[in-house]
Amino acid sequence: MLDFSALTGYLPTLKNAVFLTLEFTVLSTILGYLLGIVLSLVKISKLRPLRVFADVYTSIFRGTPLLVQLMLIYYATPQLVSYQITPLQAGVLTFGLNSAAYISESIRGGILSVDKGQWEAAMALGVPRVRLLMNIVFPQAFKNTLPSLVNETIALLKDSSMVSIIGVADTMRWASLVQAKTFRAFEAYIVAAIIYYVLVMALTYLGSRLERMVRVSD
Amino acid sequence: MSVIKIEHLSKSFDQLEVLKDVSMEIHDGEVVAILGPSGSGKSTLLRCINLLEKPDGGSIKINDVNILEKNVDIGKIRKNVGMVFQHFNLFSNMTVLRNMTYAPVVVNKLSKKEAEEKARALLERVGLSEKASEYPSRLSGGQKQRVAIARALAMEPEVLLFDEPTSALDPEMVKEVLDVIKSLTTTGITMAIVTHEMGFAREVADRICFLDGGYLVEDAPPEEFFSSPKSERARQFLEKIL
Repeated sequence: MLDFSALTGYLPTLKNAVFLTLEFTVLSTILGYLLGIVLSLVKISKLRPLRVFADVYTSIFRGTPLLVQLMLIYYATPQLVSYQITPLQAGVLTFGLNSAAYISESIRGGILSVDKGQWEAAMALGVPRVRLLMNIVFPQAFKNTLPSLVNETIALLKDSSMVSIIGVADTMRWASLVQAKTFRAFEAYIVAAIIYYVLVMALTYLGSRLERMVRVSD
Repeated sequence: MSVIKIEHLSKSFDQLEVLKDVSMEIHDGEVVAILGPSGSGKSTLLRCINLLEKPDGGSIKINDVNILEKNVDIGKIRKNVGMVFQHFNLFSNMTVLRNMTYAPVVVNKLSKKEAEEKARALLERVGLSEKASEYPSRLSGGQKQRVAIARALAMEPEVLLFDEPTSALDPEMVKEVLDVIKSLTTTGITMAIVTHEMGFAREVADRICFLDGGYLVEDAPPEEFFSSPKSERARQFLEKIL
């Protein structure tokens, strides 16, 4: 009843598909983290208009489905600015912008969880604010935030399967194509599921290694 | 010469007037103990001196510079006025040595080598040489506070402020910290100490400043303050405590 041999002809394309999944994840993670850090700084800044912007931003990206955001950015960009955005660009942009909203909240929480005494001690020593943030607050906030950052990357990896809808030949798309051609639905999708699972387990392992590393000061 | 000159200082938190009208001077090399019941504004007064709190009125002059003027470089003042906190506030992501070299390198622009040499010498002085590469979480409260004092000294400040340095310590660790502070009195550094350790204040301080209800109620040499306080408030305070 099950026949995995039907899939063998499609294995070479699977390699590319997995690579694309990883590429999406890595690029949108980088974009999401960078934007998320900037947004978190805006959220703790003293400039009210900037803070309002960051809050509205977060509210919009958390308040609407990722898939709708992806469709808007992929299909509406050419219509609005007559630029033919590629699926890769649209995917990375959407996922990066979206995860920035979540990451900025985690980092903001991490920053607020740093003891007030740490700020005061640094200020009392005459440490400038930028150095204070970089060398004292961020390293401690990062430690508190790490578990949720790892979670966010895992979410990005799994959500990247949505880009198959706009035609990117990722792991999920590969499974759909193989199913369409071989009529082997279970075989195709279970392979995709296993691949996602293995990748998530690898990320989880890396995350826990990293966590042990940053906990040396505990 | 007075290093710190405070005039008509006032500070409120929302509706609560913590400092109403405080004027006092601290002279070069003097050790001043600031005493008073809790809520009397002692800590707030101290925190105003390095601008961790922003006063509402009055003036604070350090070496004749009014630090409440708008164009004053706060960083420059702070590196000259060290502070030791009740809860130590060692940087938890840095080793003991890095805690002590960080600000000298970043703020005073010392080379890493110079800063480390100085830090090791100071660690030896507070008796913690072997803890240089430990993280603060591995130290006892008393050890943390001794490191915090050494960290403040590493900046070579002219004035050192102590905000209840032994209040968060287990009783058996109080002495080791007080001994370190006592040993500093011979160095000629100017110190203002908020404390509840009356015996210590009496022994170490050149002057006692007694605060109550946001006012400086008494300013006297220790023998005088402890044996014959002038004000009724101070008398009541001492009766409760001694």
